[in-house]
Amino acid sequence: MIVHRKTVRFDELKLDCGETLREVECAYEAYGKLNEDRSNAILVLHAFSGDAHAAGVSDIDGRPGWWENMIGPGKAFDTDLYCVMCSNVLGGCGGTTGPSSTNPDTGEPYGSSFPEITIADMVRLQKKLTDALGIRKLVSAVGGSMGGMQALQWAVSYPEACASVMPIATTARHSAQQIAFNEVGRQAIVADAGFQGGDYYGTDGPARGLAVARMVGHITYMSDESMREKFGRRRRRSEAGEAPAGETGGIFEVESYLRYRGGQFVSRFDANSYIAITKAMDTFDLAGEHQTLGEVFDPCGGRFLVFSFTSDWLYPSYQSEVIVRALRGRNKEVAYVELPSNYGHDAFLVEAGEQTELVRGFLAKTYERVLETTSSSIA
Amino acid sequence: MAVAAQTSPPETSTFVPDVLGREDYRIISEMVDDGSRVLDLGCGRGTLIGWLEKKKGAQCRGVELSPKKVRTAVAAGLSVYQGDIDSGLADYPDGAFDYVVLSQTLQETRQPRNVLHEMMRVGRRAIVAFPNFGHWSSRLALLRTGRAPKTEHLPNEWYDTPNIHFVTIPDFEELIKEEELRVEKSYFLRRDRRIRFRPSLCADTAVYLLSK
Repeated sequence: MIVHRKTVRFDELKLDCGETLREVECAYEAYGKLNEDRSNAILVLHAFSGDAHAAGVSDIDGRPGWWENMIGPGKAFDTDLYCVMCSNVLGGCGGTTGPSSTNPDTGEPYGSSFPEITIADMVRLQKKLTDALGIRKLVSAVGGSMGGMQALQWAVSYPEACASVMPIATTARHSAQQIAFNEVGRQAIVADAGFQGGDYYGTDGPARGLAVARMVGHITYMSDESMREKFGRRRRRSEAGEAPAGETGGIFEVESYLRYRGGQFVSRFDANSYIAITKAMDTFDLAGEHQTLGEVFDPCGGRFLVFSFTSDWLYPSYQSEVIVRALRGRNKEVAYVELPSNYGHDAFLVEAGEQTELVRGFLAKTYERVLETTSSSIA
Repeated sequence: MAVAAQTSPPETSTFVPDVLGREDYRIISEMVDDGSRVLDLGCGRGTLIGWLEKKKGAQCRGVELSPKKVRTAVAAGLSVYQGDIDSGLADYPDGAFDYVVLSQTLQETRQPRNVLHEMMRVGRRAIVAFPNFGHWSSRLALLRTGRAPKTEHLPNEWYDTPNIHFVTIPDFEELIKEEELRVEKSYFLRRDRRIRFRPSLCADTAVYLLSK
């Protein structure tokens, strides 16, 4: 299935920091057909380095979607039943306005002048998108990792606009450890001379720093066990240019992998986006300083499906359980399960088999409710 | 009608034959009023609450420790979460449910008295079903063999049984008295049939509907 990226432009977007972005673009893809009363839409929210291309084959570069194993005809997010959509987040570099976009006031890329953004800002733009498409209520807002933060924000910001949310392998706020890993990534970028205070467009930019940041990220996405299985202490021999002097036995597989992934990331991701988005994740705090998580969930009437993975040490299960306990405290409709996996945080992208039945059953029940309420409101 | 003319007691006349082949479930399903809010502690794969949602329009939640069973329940669209009963109840606000069900799990909880207490806090009524350790076969087995009894309803070896408390019908009734709870209904079963004669000796399962 070849998919085509679409873009909607909005005159302005008010941000939490007080600034207003003008001429904001939002890139998105859609899979499956929106029904007549537009009641079958599901919004999939991507993780930190993801983009709008969640499923199918991109008509830009032929890549498969990042959740290809979950979205499609007969899959967990069944495009025969639902219209599944995914948009690139605000601050990103996959078609939606971000630091690398042109500032309409100056005609130059935003660079260092791009305002500070939040998860709530991202969700505000997504709401503008669903409004523009005439969708009054989503069957579900769903995402893993940073996508899960957005899902939670949807439930709180627009409780009447989503019949359910699915926060996967996520948290209601970052721990010191999570902030720490993000900070290492940011410092790697800033320490690269190519960064030039963020105004590096037109030059090579902080390619080394960005690659190192990504390498750190990849370590946190895997588990000790999955790295042992995937690389062990195996070495890669005799590849031209890959074994500098002193590494007589060739470099370790894991080094080679991280270097490859780091290098690959540079070609598709913008360093300023890295900084802006990780900052948004770190400052995200669903409850804030003046409320409890339970109080924040009070207005939510929808259903929740929360799940986490046993080997995920970046977003450990206790963080999901905090969310679940707060929901239970308000007697919200919540299902929770910790799924077994060796893949660490990557599990939510990889373990389609474990997730499929849960998601399918949860969506079916939710959609049944949506249809009941729409038919009763017509009657 | 022929059915109405039968001599079965009125509370059993609405027995629904498709309640999952378990008599305690059948009794529980009768106790629960239509459209009630139900919390099932130790809900397994969610068979009972799934049935209550479908047939009685109940709004149900379930707690289950086994991740495998939780997965099956969630895949059926049920709001079940993975957790243990002892700590899980504490999160719920007072009076959140019309019924809190504890079926064949009381003897597996670490603090049965706390659990019962918490059940009455979060629910208006509690439904408790448990295997009667005072059944004559257990008594006889202990007396005859001098070993921890294994029976049809308590089939495990002492070292791998999930049943960490052995409770009899008089034991439970004493606890009810101490907790100052009211027995609205009680049923005693032997091999999935209701009995009235000397339940503390003859019943393998007891089912109670309790309120404050």
